[in-house]
Amino acid sequence: MRAVRVLERVLITIPIMFGVAIVVFLFMRLTPGDPVDIMMGQGGAVTTGEIEQLRHEFHLDEPLPVQLWLFLKGAVRGDLGYSYVQKRPIGELIGERLPATIELAVGALFFALLVAVPIGIISAVKQRSLVDQISMAGAFLGTSMPAFWLGIVLILLFSVRLRWLPVQGRIDYGTELQQVTGLYVLDSLLTRNWTALISSLRHLVLPSVSLGAAAAAIVARVLRSSMVETLRQDYITLARAKGQVEFLVVMKHALRNALIPTVTVVGLQVGALLGGNMIVETVFSWPGLGRMVVQAIFERDFPLVQGAVMVYAFTYVMANLIVDILYTTLNPKITL
Amino acid sequence: MPGLDRVEYQPVDTPSPPLLELKDLVTVFPTRRGLVRAVDGMSFALREGEKLGIVGESGSGKTVTLLSILRLVPHPGKIAGGKVLFQGQNLVHKARAEMRKIRGKEIAMIFQDPLTTLNPVFTVGEQIRESMRIHNIVSSPDGCFSGLFRRGKRSAEYERVIRVMRDVGIPSPVTRARNYPHQFSGGMQQRAITAIALSCEPHLLLADEPTTALDVTIQAQIMDLLNKINREHGTSIILVTHNLGLVAEFCDTIIVMYAGWMMEKGTVDEVIEAPKHPYTQGLLRCLPHISEKQEKIYPIPGLVPDLAQLPPGCPFSPRCDQARPECREDRPIPLTELDGGRLVRCHLYVR
Amino acid sequence: METSAYAKTPVDRLTYSWRVRLRLMRRNFAYFLTELRRRPLALVGGIVVLAYLLAAVLAPHLTAHDPTAGNLRQRLLPPAWEDGGEAAYPLGTDDQGRDILTRIIFGARISLAVGLLSVGISVAAGTALGALAGYWRGLLDDVLSRFADLLLAFPFLIFAIGVMAFLGPGFLNLIAALTFKGWVEFFRLVRGEMMAEKTKEYVEAAKVVGQSHPSIIVAEILPNIIQSVFVLGTLRMGYMIIMEASLSFLGLGIQPPTPVWGAMVAAGRDYLLTAWWASTLPGIAILILVLSINVFGEGLRDILDPRLRIE
Repeated sequence: MRAVRVLERVLITIPIMFGVAIVVFLFMRLTPGDPVDIMMGQGGAVTTGEIEQLRHEFHLDEPLPVQLWLFLKGAVRGDLGYSYVQKRPIGELIGERLPATIELAVGALFFALLVAVPIGIISAVKQRSLVDQISMAGAFLGTSMPAFWLGIVLILLFSVRLRWLPVQGRIDYGTELQQVTGLYVLDSLLTRNWTALISSLRHLVLPSVSLGAAAAAIVARVLRSSMVETLRQDYITLARAKGQVEFLVVMKHALRNALIPTVTVVGLQVGALLGGNMIVETVFSWPGLGRMVVQAIFERDFPLVQGAVMVYAFTYVMANLIVDILYTTLNPKITL
Repeated sequence: MPGLDRVEYQPVDTPSPPLLELKDLVTVFPTRRGLVRAVDGMSFALREGEKLGIVGESGSGKTVTLLSILRLVPHPGKIAGGKVLFQGQNLVHKARAEMRKIRGKEIAMIFQDPLTTLNPVFTVGEQIRESMRIHNIVSSPDGCFSGLFRRGKRSAEYERVIRVMRDVGIPSPVTRARNYPHQFSGGMQQRAITAIALSCEPHLLLADEPTTALDVTIQAQIMDLLNKINREHGTSIILVTHNLGLVAEFCDTIIVMYAGWMMEKGTVDEVIEAPKHPYTQGLLRCLPHISEKQEKIYPIPGLVPDLAQLPPGCPFSPRCDQARPECREDRPIPLTELDGGRLVRCHLYVR
Repeated sequence: METSAYAKTPVDRLTYSWRVRLRLMRRNFAYFLTELRRRPLALVGGIVVLAYLLAAVLAPHLTAHDPTAGNLRQRLLPPAWEDGGEAAYPLGTDDQGRDILTRIIFGARISLAVGLLSVGISVAAGTALGALAGYWRGLLDDVLSRFADLLLAFPFLIFAIGVMAFLGPGFLNLIAALTFKGWVEFFRLVRGEMMAEKTKEYVEAAKVVGQSHPSIIVAEILPNIIQSVFVLGTLRMGYMIIMEASLSFLGLGIQPPTPVWGAMVAAGRDYLLTAWWASTLPGIAILILVLSINVFGEGLRDILDPRLRIE
């Protein structure tokens, strides 16, 4: 029964993805500026004949619906087109940079949860205590800080002044690492390459913190408020009346309930993480998808931008799907 | 380890050591508007197998009394004075770990709204079982090898859960144990909560308005269930309610509370036939009699006072038709003991 | 139908309850101020925001230097309290010799303008569409909701960056990019509230009396919803300002030499080792503004709508 519902959710994502692809496609086609002109602008003077030929090659002379159809057909197969500027298939380009972005996003999420969950719980249990007030003040600060500024300040502090952590990149220059998944931390674990592990972790710290801080703040606040609400419930009093140890009353009875609305918020934060990715990657020169997109924008490489945006949206939709499924496992009342 | 002895119900006039004794219990809540004395000087003795009813309007302190017994008064409230003697030991000063052993096992509680009292994310069977697990109710056949006999222990627990559910009258307990609270009807939920309370065979059951959220037919069923528990297991019951009729039918003894003050205590027959305290008299006057034809209904004039701003003296004095000047003086009014164990807190009876 | 001496014409009828509410608002404003005084933190936040607004408006009168043209001989001077700093440049200068304090104050204009405009338009569009969708349901609601859901499939910044990529830099494009996704939140809020309110009795009463639909929406239901919209708007302002700063940081927002906080931070990155103030100080300006807005917004939420409180 549950499996059917899950399948339903999965199937819903397909029309969403189509919608996303269409929106992205339309955006590109409806903006001023002829892609071929732009591309030609890189190469210098060309004859009209060559322009026409290129037009034909990229199907730009066909009516819009046909172009859309061709684009969608290609997208489903994984062929996202060709980058005019970098002269390589887009799928390849994205594939190369995607693991770095995922690693960063996961790192940030990990940091955010690591910080937010304990803080949320403790602040709720010890309401109005010093811990609570400091945490909530910190949370406020976290939501008011631009991620790029935080990154820069962290660099100033930890890399420049204290020299504890590196400034940029994913791994120390010259460190050998055999790549399996493209996720350096995972790969170094898999190949038992301890120097690489330490190096990649050190490089991951500051970017993860910069990216995850805002998310941590929001999740902490929501979890706290959810826990406070939950701890007021009658069933918590009953749990105590049963003679249950306070620790389990909080962690078992209250937390399970409080996590339910929190999970939804975490899902939304994943979207923010994916977006903020671009900024943090720029600040830390992290060789990921985000930085590539930003550069592509300046180089007017629209197909690349389009492909990358689609991949981002797709990842977000997938993440939300996972959150939805997680939500249904946590909340027995929901039959989707 | 709990014994499986069943204590026989003791008739009223046989003397026996009280199971629970409250002496001048005072529970307060500091609020922005002042100190609220939710329970002000509650005293009574409860024997094994006795059924006590505490009656009063909303906010009279009935629920807080129960919570105080178990030391579950929510923050910022706290017990400010008096003693709560359970089997001779004062619970007010007990260590927290000791208190935890008593909660659920010696004294159990059921609450008013069954839907909010059950944890929505755990199955009912799981919640019943938790009670047992906390107090290690199911003894493994061989203590130190209980790890090896895990499976045996688990199924023994399971058996007991099913038995308790059957005891309280939940049909098809085997399937129902796996259901979640929201899949139960109101009456079934209350039975489930009763099952949780009974799972460790407590000596005392505290019932806070257990039927208020249910409709009348279910009410009757739940009260029958409580009666059965009292008869078969010898469990003492304290029933808190605003429903005088319920108390009249079910309880042996009754206490009337008003604004945190205990006003009157006696056997149900005595208090209902011949109420001594003006408030009790007013309460009984409100109830229309089924056999008589009544012209008017006589409610008690006035409103329940704000506990943070009580008038000096007796809190009922503004509404009392027999009030005297000394009733408004700011000094405590003692509990007067009348014949046959009756207690009244009123200047009318102070010698 | 006469509802009172005021409601003689249709426009009167439409505005009647608003006029009553205005009078109530004046009285409520006094109440509002008292409540605000009880929350010193929110009060401080509000004052700081006002200070920023004033500074932005009065910018040319407050500063002695030119925000766009610099003196290259004075480049990268540290703030006045450090060695080498000068009192004339209290917060130091950037790589083009421009006074940072001046640029920060002028930068406030852009940030506040973008913040207010993008939130304003999002609120207006989202509320209007949400009200219509929530009230009339049917095809309009379906289409709009699907569209909103689709937009939600994109993370905010990704979408904004995408739009900016295609539209190019510029003030209006920036507003468009931020608004295009911003309205969705308000749409959903108003739609939800509208659907809830629609079932309430006062709406029935209005219909029975013969009030026209637009009149009901505007005069009866909206005033009840406006508060939550207002609170949400205030809270989103800070977010919009951060988004604007982020886009400018990437170079996608307003172009130089217009002083924009995000771009200032970006420009200062190259000199992190030698001139930390070029990047840090504009960032602090952003931080303080957004923090104040958030604190004020929370206080507002506390006062106006305890239901929405995050304790």
